Amino acid sequence: MSKHYSVLPTLKRESILSLLKRGERLDGRALDEFRSIKIETGVIGKAEGSALVRLGDTKVVAGVKVEIGKPFPDTPDKGVQIVNAELVPLAAPFFEPGPPGEEDIELARVIDRGLRSAEMIKLDELAIVPGEKVWIVYVDLYSLDHYGNLIDASGLAAVSAILTAQIKRWEVKDGEVNLLEETMPLPVTSVPVFVTIAKIGDNLIVDPTYEEELVMDARITFAINENGEVCGIQKGGSGGFTPSEIKEALSIALEAAEKIRPLLPTRN
Amino acid sequence: MKGEIKLLREDGTRLDGRRLDEVRPFKIEAGVLKNADGSAYIELGNNKIMVAVYGPREVHPKHLALPDRAMLRCRYSMATFSVEERKSPAPSRREIELSKVIREALEPAIFVEEYPRTAIDVFIQVLEADGGTRTASITAASVALADAGIPMRDLVAAIAIGKIEGKLAVDLNGLEDQYGGGDMPIAMMPRLGLITLLQADGVFSPEEVVQGIEMAEKAIKMLYEEQRNALRKKYLEIKEEVLGSE
Repeated sequence: MSKHYSVLPTLKRESILSLLKRGERLDGRALDEFRSIKIETGVIGKAEGSALVRLGDTKVVAGVKVEIGKPFPDTPDKGVQIVNAELVPLAAPFFEPGPPGEEDIELARVIDRGLRSAEMIKLDELAIVPGEKVWIVYVDLYSLDHYGNLIDASGLAAVSAILTAQIKRWEVKDGEVNLLEETMPLPVTSVPVFVTIAKIGDNLIVDPTYEEELVMDARITFAINENGEVCGIQKGGSGGFTPSEIKEALSIALEAAEKIRPLLPTRN
Repeated sequence: MKGEIKLLREDGTRLDGRRLDEVRPFKIEAGVLKNADGSAYIELGNNKIMVAVYGPREVHPKHLALPDRAMLRCRYSMATFSVEERKSPAPSRREIELSKVIREALEPAIFVEEYPRTAIDVFIQVLEADGGTRTASITAASVALADAGIPMRDLVAAIAIGKIEGKLAVDLNGLEDQYGGGDMPIAMMPRLGLITLLQADGVFSPEEVVQGIEMAEKAIKMLYEEQRNALRKKYLEIKEEVLGSE
């Protein structure tokens, strides 16, 4: 557990709860309101696709790199998607250097499943020589400043980097792969939007800040595709939700996803 | 690979003969290990899982101890021979994530504030895996915690809902999980009506999510009965032993 213990959360919880009773939050947002979202793409020249996302004061950068490699034996005619996330120590006083911990791994796997379930990257168009050579797409996420809700910020960064990624066209001659100068967009189908809802007492709030995360009972993340379908769920934190709270959280998530979607970069 | 084989027969039953809302045969036993403070064993279909609980006990290293509550630690580990192709013994990323979500599924049930500065360790060993190991692990782990005498608000029972050929189904086995179209594991404290684990991959409509939770509740109630029976059975055996020796 990377969360350092402090008495602050206990004290803060009281003030946050009494505000929530009146339908208010510390930063003045409505319970179902996201912080401001700013997405910059193409920020890393060396990456095939990249995005810097600011969700309030939370900052995450995502980079897409591709390389030619071997497919998985059970999917010989498909490209490979690998998502990695690192909560680097520069982003928060309690993130420590070293191998990825369970929070880094959970974050990466939640984003990975959301992208995979939505079938965002068209992996079947990324086979070069089926069974031999396919494109491996790495989506790497670095948190730069952790002010809460790294999952949603990372999700936005990942999909924005993928949407704007350009890979080299290729041709195969006598089993040899030639990469051409000309590029093409990374083939993409559906785009998931991640929405996290925190439960504090009996209140459900969207896009929790760092302070709200410290005092929350539990959180739940929904990945939503453009058809308003759920393509990923992850509950976290050491509390629980009633079935009706899940229903309510889901409808908050569906609405929020719809508002966020127009902010995503257009495909190039 | 998805959807390449038919998972439903003409008559609407599944390949192993179950109805869509039917749980595989299962058994739960409490107090199966001698060293552990509490333990449990579960079989669910071909899944075989052993859980041991140690604690509350001293935390090492000491600075990790929490001043206001017990620290719950959980390790979900699959035996190398539990799956078709030998698994490397090093913890995989999947095992690390599952250890976390299982811990967070169990913690709401435990009065951790009763044991400040201690650790409660939950060790889960999957001996054989065939779909739904995380949910079966949670069901067994909460019995092991109760068997260790740790005060709890409720037991936690869990089951996975999945999609096969576009239909919701309870308790997917390994084959159905591999070729089916989605997986939604759910854990609940049945008496308190609280969901403590909810994950999903694959695509579900919002209505299916709600319906899936309702389906899971039914299966979970049944598992809950067996959890209680397992605990009751162990204590009846102890009672007989004690009375028999008098």
